[in-house]
Amino acid sequence: MYKLWLIPALPFIGFLINGIIGRKLPKAVTNLVAVGSVVLAFLWVLFVGNQSNWGATPLHAHYFTWIKSGAVNVGWDYWVDKLTMIMLMVVTGIGSLIHIYATGYMEHEEGYYRFFAYLNLFMFFMLNLVLAGNYLILFVGWEGVGLCSYLLIGFYFVKKSATTAGNKAFIVNRIGDFGFSLAMFLMFTTFGSLNFAKVFAAAPGKPEGILTAIAFLMLLGATGKSAQIPLYVWLPDAMEGPTPVSALIHAATMVTAGVYMCSRSSVIFLHAPMAMEAVALVGLATAVFAATIGLTQYDIKKVFAYSTVSQLGYMFLGVGVGAFSAGVWHLMTHAFFKALLFLGAGSVIHACHGEQDMRHMGGLRKYAPKTMAVLACASLAIAGFPGTSGFFSKDAILTAAYGHAPWMFWVGVVTAGMTAFYVWRAFWMTFWGEYKGHGHPHESPWSMLGPLVVLAILSLFGGVLFNVPKILEGMFPPLHEVEGEGMLMGISIAAGLLGIALSYYMYVVNTELPAKITAALGGLYRLVYDKYRVDEAYDAAVVTPLIEGSKAVLWHGVDQGVIDGAVNGVGYQARGIGGILKLIQSGNIRSYATWIAVGAVALLLALGAGGGVK
Amino acid sequence: MDPSQALEMLKNGVPTSWYLTLSALLFSIGVAGFMIRRNIITVFMCIELMLNAVNLSFIAFAHQHKQVSGHLFTFFVMVVAAAEAAVGLAIILTVFKNRSTLNIDEINTLKN
Amino acid sequence: MNMLDLVIALPAIGFLIALLIPRAMDNFIRLFALGFSLLTFVVSLTLVMGFQQGAAGQQFVTNVVWIQNPEIHYHVGIDGLSLWLIILSTFLTPIAILLSWNAIQDRAKEYFAFLLLLEFGLVGVFAAWDLFLFYVFWEVVLVPMYFLIGIWGHDRRIYAAVKFFLYTMAGSVLMLAAIIFLYTQAGTFDYASILDQFSTGKIVLTHLQETLLFLAFFLAFAIKVPLFPLHTWLPDAHVEAPTAGSLMLASVMLKMGTYGLVRFCLPMFPTAARENAPWIVILAIIGIVYGALVAMVQPNMKKLVAYSSVSHLGFVVLGIFTFTQAGLDGAVYQMLNHGISTGALFLLVGFLYERRHSLEISSYGGVATAAPWLSILFLITTLASIGLPTLNNFVGEFLVLQGAAQANFTWAVFASLGVILSACYMLWMYQRVFFGELSEEVKHHMPELSLREWACAVPLIFMMLWMGMYSQSFIPIVSEQNAKILHQGKMSSPVRAMAAVQGVNNAR
Repeated sequence: MYKLWLIPALPFIGFLINGIIGRKLPKAVTNLVAVGSVVLAFLWVLFVGNQSNWGATPLHAHYFTWIKSGAVNVGWDYWVDKLTMIMLMVVTGIGSLIHIYATGYMEHEEGYYRFFAYLNLFMFFMLNLVLAGNYLILFVGWEGVGLCSYLLIGFYFVKKSATTAGNKAFIVNRIGDFGFSLAMFLMFTTFGSLNFAKVFAAAPGKPEGILTAIAFLMLLGATGKSAQIPLYVWLPDAMEGPTPVSALIHAATMVTAGVYMCSRSSVIFLHAPMAMEAVALVGLATAVFAATIGLTQYDIKKVFAYSTVSQLGYMFLGVGVGAFSAGVWHLMTHAFFKALLFLGAGSVIHACHGEQDMRHMGGLRKYAPKTMAVLACASLAIAGFPGTSGFFSKDAILTAAYGHAPWMFWVGVVTAGMTAFYVWRAFWMTFWGEYKGHGHPHESPWSMLGPLVVLAILSLFGGVLFNVPKILEGMFPPLHEVEGEGMLMGISIAAGLLGIALSYYMYVVNTELPAKITAALGGLYRLVYDKYRVDEAYDAAVVTPLIEGSKAVLWHGVDQGVIDGAVNGVGYQARGIGGILKLIQSGNIRSYATWIAVGAVALLLALGAGGGVK
Repeated sequence: MDPSQALEMLKNGVPTSWYLTLSALLFSIGVAGFMIRRNIITVFMCIELMLNAVNLSFIAFAHQHKQVSGHLFTFFVMVVAAAEAAVGLAIILTVFKNRSTLNIDEINTLKN
Repeated sequence: MNMLDLVIALPAIGFLIALLIPRAMDNFIRLFALGFSLLTFVVSLTLVMGFQQGAAGQQFVTNVVWIQNPEIHYHVGIDGLSLWLIILSTFLTPIAILLSWNAIQDRAKEYFAFLLLLEFGLVGVFAAWDLFLFYVFWEVVLVPMYFLIGIWGHDRRIYAAVKFFLYTMAGSVLMLAAIIFLYTQAGTFDYASILDQFSTGKIVLTHLQETLLFLAFFLAFAIKVPLFPLHTWLPDAHVEAPTAGSLMLASVMLKMGTYGLVRFCLPMFPTAARENAPWIVILAIIGIVYGALVAMVQPNMKKLVAYSSVSHLGFVVLGIFTFTQAGLDGAVYQMLNHGISTGALFLLVGFLYERRHSLEISSYGGVATAAPWLSILFLITTLASIGLPTLNNFVGEFLVLQGAAQANFTWAVFASLGVILSACYMLWMYQRVFFGELSEEVKHHMPELSLREWACAVPLIFMMLWMGMYSQSFIPIVSEQNAKILHQGKMSSPVRAMAAVQGVNNAR
């Protein structure tokens, strides 16, 4: 009807062309295929949206039966409603911009075609994820984007750190997927279907215990993909990938899949209050935790990576307190300003000839003023400056959090202050002061700057242009009105401004101060700087015991020792017995005769003892 | 058993058990010789002794059951024994020519 | 004489003719074997064409007396369970022959003849409907594989071959005893007739007898699968076998065990199967996790893949003993999937070995720079093996785990751990072999894929995609057959219980 399949199919065709014959194609053709396919997908999304009243009446498409066995019957189904529409716009829209940017950014890289093939493949899986009409198709996209993330993080596969980071991303995500797949199994045994429509229709009548279990398992899946505690560890390492990848996959789209999934499953979560509480707590904890790490990092991409983890925590907080539409809203605005931050950072790194350490930057406002301007927009948005996109969505989440539990609001506000501080800290360190790097920094080409300008406009005005809670009205329970909303808004604005001001004071006015504070904090600072040594703890608690145990106990111990030992033991025993028996077979006739005689006598004696033959 | 009783028994013919006892004795002598003696010729003769012990019991049973098959088997055994003697003695002669010994324990080249 | 007979006979004829070809005509033997196996494959495809979905019982049946007394029939036929396994055998044999083209120079004639003999045995095993005939084919398979490992294997080939042979024999002897016992009860070796006598209550087994018979069959099959802790022959056999041997061993021969479980253990002894299911499932789950953990620390690529097979086959056994439609379908589908994807892994490892002459992971690194296409094919296969959706293994694993979740959710939880671990060991191997700096030694020994190698790998990759994206081409007929097996099991249990009661009464 609307040819929904065309949306993911276009990037897939791009993937096939670039993947199979890309090596022989000139760069211009590769660009055309890669960018064109995504832009066409974006246009098709617009067309479908325009024709279908932007998902107000959900569209449903069934293409073929994928897996069918007994009661299990999963089709390749697509489902488009208002939530899908928003996600489609974000994915294809931001995706198009980042593809265009990447043509400039990756121009001199080897494996240019390979990069775009992977990127298109990512678009294919991501679009599957958001278009899915049942959980299994969602899972296809879910795993598929994980694969592309793995490939793109490890894009510079000669570098060991890059491929290790790729493995880490895939494996940690697999732990999340373990939860997700168990959720699906439980869901199927409960509802007899994985179809969104059927599951959501049946969910309200099911026992809360099972729904809570399903929701918790889904949350585990979401913590993997969306980098929440305890599975967030892969995302900072994922910055080994090229910067456009960090922007597209590890900031704007893929990592928000967990938020999307939770919002999509809002019916289940709403009937599992305990799981909702857990979502909110996980989100809040991650937001604070990652923000503190972000305060101390010097690698510009690491700062933004922890910022992403922290902002994703915000979204989970929104979902967890029941403000699903606010969570989705923040998802969208975050996609705008975080993509811009990363692309801007990429532009900065490009300008500094690949340098990522902010201590070796500085003074770039003279060399790259346009980059500075767009980054300022993004930094204002993430700091929640009034009127910018981030302001609206963050405020919606915080207000809802206040309605749920006031202490959550206060923790959120503190986090907002920290966010403003570390983002602007990065801004001042990069653009103010004197240039401390090597070579001559330079401004980026327009193929890179163009998308940045578009994103800057969206970061500033995206909140006004797209009022997501209004769009999604009716899909989720309405946001509660909270008393004194104006005051709460004021507090969060103040926190943001305070953060900006403090960073200005510490990194522009009084540049000695950070060193003094660092020295004063001592061990605590080291701990935070070392990311609380979580990676090391995981290594020591899980990875090392697993590997060493498998090697020493299972392989050498059980397999070679016990089982093979037993088998070989049986073999040796058989040989030993044979060795004894062999002595009888002397080949000496007379000894045989003796045995026969002895046997005969024994037989006769036995017969005699038994009373003879009757 | 006093002589008069024995005479009474002999009047009815020698009992089968006497033949069987003799046969068993001869057979045991043959077995013992086969196992103990080292000289091939002696061993060979012990085998003949065992065969004839068996023949004796065949004849005894044939007499007791008044059946001819016992005789028949005896003839078979005798024919086989004769053939065996012919072949066996020839082999022994050849062995003696080659080895100039008739000690069984020294003729074990087939082993191993 | 129908098409099935032809599929069974062609490899045997090929084997005999190959033996007559003079040793000097090396290349002709290769071509001949390839041609013959391709011909067999094409003929076997007519089985798919002619297969009637929805028809009751076996199809393409031939039933003639082979031995008069005791009466043993040449009774062959196929149903939804055996069809794809036969196709798998005929599909992989040409690939096995083609991939050995250059690798085998020594005694090429015997080698290719043995591959044909192996195909003969495999097709026979899956087609046989007479228990004795089944046993004969079962043992026929053993012989060529023994020689393939023992003659053309690597350094410790004799040890591996003997271990392989003895392990398998130990199980199959018990199976033979069970078959003979069934003969004394049923008066026939004919499987259809035995099943019939079971369901009508003509054969009445005591509980102990049923359990012992089940265990005898089960042990034979479990060794072949191999189920933990009977698996230690597999890594040795794989490491020592030549590439084609590993391919056929992993892809098809292991399926003889799981096929036997579904074909014989479940329909004949449903009660015993259900009673013993709990500990069998536990062994299967231990196998899944254990195989994966041990695979993770292997320094040798083939051993790694071998242990991963232990893990994958654990899924199959788990699926079978869930007694759910999804689990059983998934298990059978997983047999085929494992055949394709692990076969492809061994194939690609074989390509690496032919280049670098080492199976140690540590002697590689940076292959992706030298041979990008080889790396891509290996990556796709790796992804299939770790169960990425849209590739084949995912469908099977999903169904098995879904079935397990329906039977007992805890089983699904523990078995799913295997899915996490599979990503660990495969990706770590992939990283160490293909990524990183290209060393000088690797650089000079790593040409890109040749045309022949492409021809070997592409059909397998194609099947991975097909089976992953459109499982409806394969599953329905399997599903139909499995539904019958499950139905039989449920139906026949009460009938047989009643018959047993009557038997006891009659005895009084």
